[in-house]
Amino acid sequence: MGLDRMGQEEMEGLKQGWATFDHLADIGIRGTGTSMEEAFENGARALFSLIVEDIATISIRQEKRVECASYDLTGLFVAWINALIGFADLYEMVFRDFRVNIEGTGLRGAAIGERWSETRHGRGIEVKGATFTEAKIERKNGLWIAECVVDV
Amino acid sequence: MDTTRVKKMEECIWRIERYGDMRVPALIFADRSLLSDMDEKVFVQLRNVASLPGIVKAAMAMPDAHWGYGFPIGGVAAFDPEKDGVISVGGVGYDISCGVRCHRLGVKRQKILPRLETLIGELFRTVPAGVGSTGAIRLSEPEMDEVLRYGAQWAVERGFGTPHDLEYIEEHGWVREADPSTVSKMAKERQKKQMGTLGSGNHYLEIQYVEKVFDADVAKTLSIEKGDVVISIHCGSRALGHQIGADYLQVLGSAARRYNLPIRERELVCAPIQSPEGHDYFKAVGCGINCALANRQVIGHLAVQVAKKVVPGVNCELIYDVSHNTCKVEKHLVDGKMRRLYVHRKGATRAFGPGSKELPERYRKVGQPLFVGGTMGTYSFILIGTAKGEELAWSSACHGAGRSMSRRAALKRWKGKAVVNALRSRGVILKAASMRGAAEEAPDAYKDVERVVEATHGSGLAKKVARLRPLAVIKG
Repeated sequence: MGLDRMGQEEMEGLKQGWATFDHLADIGIRGTGTSMEEAFENGARALFSLIVEDIATISIRQEKRVECASYDLTGLFVAWINALIGFADLYEMVFRDFRVNIEGTGLRGAAIGERWSETRHGRGIEVKGATFTEAKIERKNGLWIAECVVDV
Repeated sequence: MDTTRVKKMEECIWRIERYGDMRVPALIFADRSLLSDMDEKVFVQLRNVASLPGIVKAAMAMPDAHWGYGFPIGGVAAFDPEKDGVISVGGVGYDISCGVRCHRLGVKRQKILPRLETLIGELFRTVPAGVGSTGAIRLSEPEMDEVLRYGAQWAVERGFGTPHDLEYIEEHGWVREADPSTVSKMAKERQKKQMGTLGSGNHYLEIQYVEKVFDADVAKTLSIEKGDVVISIHCGSRALGHQIGADYLQVLGSAARRYNLPIRERELVCAPIQSPEGHDYFKAVGCGINCALANRQVIGHLAVQVAKKVVPGVNCELIYDVSHNTCKVEKHLVDGKMRRLYVHRKGATRAFGPGSKELPERYRKVGQPLFVGGTMGTYSFILIGTAKGEELAWSSACHGAGRSMSRRAALKRWKGKAVVNALRSRGVILKAASMRGAAEEAPDAYKDVERVVEATHGSGLAKKVARLRPLAVIKG
C-alpha cells in the first residue's frame, strides 16, 4: 500500500512519522522520513506502538546496539524489525528511540528504551515477526517510506 | 474471489486449471459462499505456490483459507525432493507447529459448573499468557537442545505428563529429523524462559463441553459423549519458532537468489530441499515442532494438575495433540507409486484416515482426530481424518474459522471489557491477559466456523464428530 491509497487516519499517523495499517489477519507497520534511515527508525516506532498500549510511556533509559544485514534494502528493513522483536523479547525491554545508519545492505544502529513493565506500559500484542507481505522501501514526493506486515 | 475462474469438480471441491507458469492446477475446498467470500489474494497466492519447482499434484486451499504471507493461511502443498522440489518459510509460517491439544476430563458439565470460576481462575494463575509472559521453567543450554531434539518426550521425562500421553501426540511427541545445531543462539536464548507459556493473539486455553455429537461411533472411540467436559489448548513454538522463521527468511531469501529459483513473490522465499540451506531449514523446523509439542505437553500437564486439584474425580486423558503449521516428510501415493514428499501445511491440520500406522492403536480403525478452533463466543469442533482426505489433499483439513475483520477494525468496534461482559451474559467466562487482546479476538471478528467445518465435511477432507461449546476461556 502506498501513500496514494492511505485513509485519513493513516495520513494523520504519518504526521508523527509512523502508522499502522490494516491487514486481515495481521497488521502493517509503516515509517516515513526525509531519509531512509529516518523511515527505518519510525517503522520501529510503529512496531512498538503495537507491543505496548502507549509508546509515549516508554522512558529512555538504556541503549542496545543493533546490527543486521540482508541482500537488499527491503530485506534489510525486515531484518531490522525482526532484530528489534528479538531484542525486546530477549531483554524484556521496550524501545522508543532509535538510531539507524545504513551502508549498502547493512545496518548499524541502536534501540533506546527501558525494561518492560506491565503497570507502566500495559500489554499490547505479541508480534511474532516481520514478513515480506506488503514490504517495500520507496521514495515518493521526497518522502522515504519503509513498511511491511508483521505476523501477530 | 471471482468464481468464474474456477470450475466445480464435485461438492465443495473447485479447480483452477494450469495457466501461465503454473506447474500444477490449484484446488480449493469450499462451498460456493465460502469461495465467493475468499480474498482475491488466496487465488494469487495459490497460483504462486503452483508455480514453485517440484510441486506435486496441486496447490491447495482449505475451506478456511485467507490471505497469508507466501502461502495462503489454509494452504497445503507437497514437493518432491527428487524433482527439484523446494521448502519454503512461507509454507510453514512464524509460529511453527502451532496446534491444538484436547484433554477429556471424564466428567459432565453439571459437575464442573459450580467450580468453573475457581477452575478458570486457577488455570489463569498457573498458565502464563500474553505478551511478555514467561514461565516457571528456566532451560539451560544443554537442556534446550534436549527439548529441541526430543519434544514432548523431554517434557514427559521432566515429569510433565505421562508416557501414555506420547501415544496420543502426532509423531509420538517428537520429530526425528530435528537438529539443534541448525537453530541460532538467539532463538534458543529467547526460548529459555518461555517454555510452558500460551502466548497471545488467537492462542487460547478453553474449558468446553460437548454440545452435540455427530458421529456416535467415532465419539465412543474417542471416549466422549454429549455433556462431557474437555480442555483445549491452542498454542505453538513461542519465541523459538518465531526466531527460526526470522532467521531463515533471510537465509532462504539469499538462497532463492543464489539458486535462481523462479519465485513469483519474495514472500515465498524458499530453497531446494536438496540444498544445504533447505536441509538446515527442514531440521530447524523439526526443532520448532519439537519445541511446540513440548510446550503444549507442559501446559497440558499444568492444566491437568489444576483440574485434578479443583475438581475431584477428573481423569484428564489426552484425546490427541496435532499441529497446523508444519513441513513434514510423508509417504503418499502418487499415480500408483509411493513417493516421499515434503508436505507443507500452513494453517492446515494433518488428518490421517483410518489404517494409518502413525495413529495410536485405539484410533487406527476410525482415523486421526483433529480440532478446529472457532471463537470464544461460538464453538469449536472435533473432526476425524478420512481415506478420501488422503486422496484429495495429502490427508489435510481446515484449522479454524479465519478472521472476517482486521485487528484494527475490531479494536475500533469493541472494547475489551465489553467483550468480557457480553461473553459473561452468554455464560462464558473470559480471563484475558490484555483487554486489547480481548477486543481483537471478539467472536464477531471471525467467520462462522460451522460453515468451514461443513465444507470440510462436505468435501470429504474430514468428518464431523462433535461440536464443543466454550464455558471458560483464557486469552493472551
